[in-house]
Amino acid sequence: MGVTPKLGELGVVTTRLEDAVNWARTRAMWPMLFGLACCAIEMMSTQASNYDMSRFGMELMRPSPRQSDLMIVAGRVTRKMAPVLRQLYDQMPEPKWVLSMGDCASCGGVFNNYAIVQGVDEIVPVDVYVAGCPPRPEQLIHGIITLHERIKQERIADWA
Amino acid sequence: MSVQEETVWQGDVEKLRGLVSDRALSGETMVLNMGPQHPSTHGVLRLLLELDGEDIVNCIPDIGFLHTGIEKNMEAKRYEQSITMTDRMDYLNPLGNNLAYCLAMEKLIELDVPPRAQVIRVLLAELTRINSHLVWLGTHALDIGAMSVFLYCFREREKILDIFEMVSGQRMMSTYFRPGGLWRDVPEEFEPAVRDFIDYFPAKVDDYEKLLSNNPIWLDRTQGIGFISAEDAIALGCTGPTLRGSGVNWDIRKALPYSGYEQFDFEVPLGVHGDVYDRYIIRIEEMRQSLRIVEQAIDNLPGGLFRSNNRKYVPPPRAELGHSMEAVIHHFKLWTEGFRPPKGEVYVRVESPRGELGCFLASDGSPRPWRVRFRTPSFVHLSALPHMAKGHLIADLVGIIGSVDIVLGDCDR
Repeated sequence: MGVTPKLGELGVVTTRLEDAVNWARTRAMWPMLFGLACCAIEMMSTQASNYDMSRFGMELMRPSPRQSDLMIVAGRVTRKMAPVLRQLYDQMPEPKWVLSMGDCASCGGVFNNYAIVQGVDEIVPVDVYVAGCPPRPEQLIHGIITLHERIKQERIADWA
Repeated sequence: MSVQEETVWQGDVEKLRGLVSDRALSGETMVLNMGPQHPSTHGVLRLLLELDGEDIVNCIPDIGFLHTGIEKNMEAKRYEQSITMTDRMDYLNPLGNNLAYCLAMEKLIELDVPPRAQVIRVLLAELTRINSHLVWLGTHALDIGAMSVFLYCFREREKILDIFEMVSGQRMMSTYFRPGGLWRDVPEEFEPAVRDFIDYFPAKVDDYEKLLSNNPIWLDRTQGIGFISAEDAIALGCTGPTLRGSGVNWDIRKALPYSGYEQFDFEVPLGVHGDVYDRYIIRIEEMRQSLRIVEQAIDNLPGGLFRSNNRKYVPPPRAELGHSMEAVIHHFKLWTEGFRPPKGEVYVRVESPRGELGCFLASDGSPRPWRVRFRTPSFVHLSALPHMAKGHLIADLVGIIGSVDIVLGDCDR
């Protein structure tokens, strides 16, 4: 990540500001505890002992949108739930990211009918889509790492 | 509060006339919204609470945040295609839902199920029950404040999911049961894996009990909370552990056996007090009893067919297609048009981890069902929730919601 240790005696490292900020953002990203349907159970599995998301600094799930950075939309979004989801997104402080977990959240999945929003990107901007019905915890972790890689590419010019 | 905000507030309360007491209209009690985004409502349940201080005067569930239109969607699909939909209803009990739907189809078309398929179905349905109870125990304990139980439960759950993945290729939504039997036979590794789990699991259930059953905080938070009497539970339509917690001996597996449950020896644990603690004890004991059924099933696993040979309803195996014209015709008919059951209506019920899961199928003789309806336990239990919650503190509501084990996918469908 571009940290260059200088001569060891000095105890100083130099790095670019954007790298340091991006490092901080990716290593302590708090997801919102926001389960909708089946995928929420796999999201819980990802949190639990076997897969352990705390390896990526993400063990702390916040039920409050005010304290979270990442919204994992885990499950099918119904037309009744859509305004609630948008309000939660609006309540999250910047910078914020959205991960659409599973087929239902990404594109409606098998439920092409009157009740389900055909993809959560109709309501909120999505950064990463994870396929699967439901995705395995490994797939979710892969999605999260993809998001982290994307965040590491962000530059000061984009922050504004 | 500004004047303008006050008028908005008054208007909202006016809409609630009839739901909340008159004291709320005068402002004597407070109306509070809980959910749909709340960590302890087990999904997207919204509760409208009328509070007198911290005491719950009224509790009005607002459901439909996960209404998926599954029943309506099933009318547009052929009978066999809809099995995948049933998995996603009660997502903690996918194989149990498959079982209810397949049994209904089999009753409608009077299809035979080979004994091997029946035993494997029972085995997997019981593993699903353990799986569901593990998720329930983990989240219920988490709600009340015991974090470590959650981690232990999910560790054991992964072992069950490995077995599901082994037989069907999917961890959760396995869609393994088909009309007339199973999708395919279980692989060779299945038996050792199940035996490993049988050896491994009992000590873990004892661990959970050591962590919780005599824990003074757990006892304080669960005993005497969320009481429901046997009469009320029956009147409100409760089934499953919620009913048995009040001491009513009613288990569909014993009362109206299906899929060969009468061959298995197991007990139905009963509660006495009808509170949160008794329902917890029952589910813990049910995990042990389910494991007994799994053990008997794997010991007495019959050989033979894993799916019926009735070619009018069950597609022929791939190997037959090479040398039998008749098999090709059946294959073509079943995969292009589907089967046509006779006209009629059936209702089948199974014991899901939450209670009675019923499946109603109405056929008009076409390859698509005319109407599908599921009687789901979570929906019924939600109507009993206000009865249990009234008079308790708002902090206890979290435990009561957990103890009736609501899955919103099951409730809203």
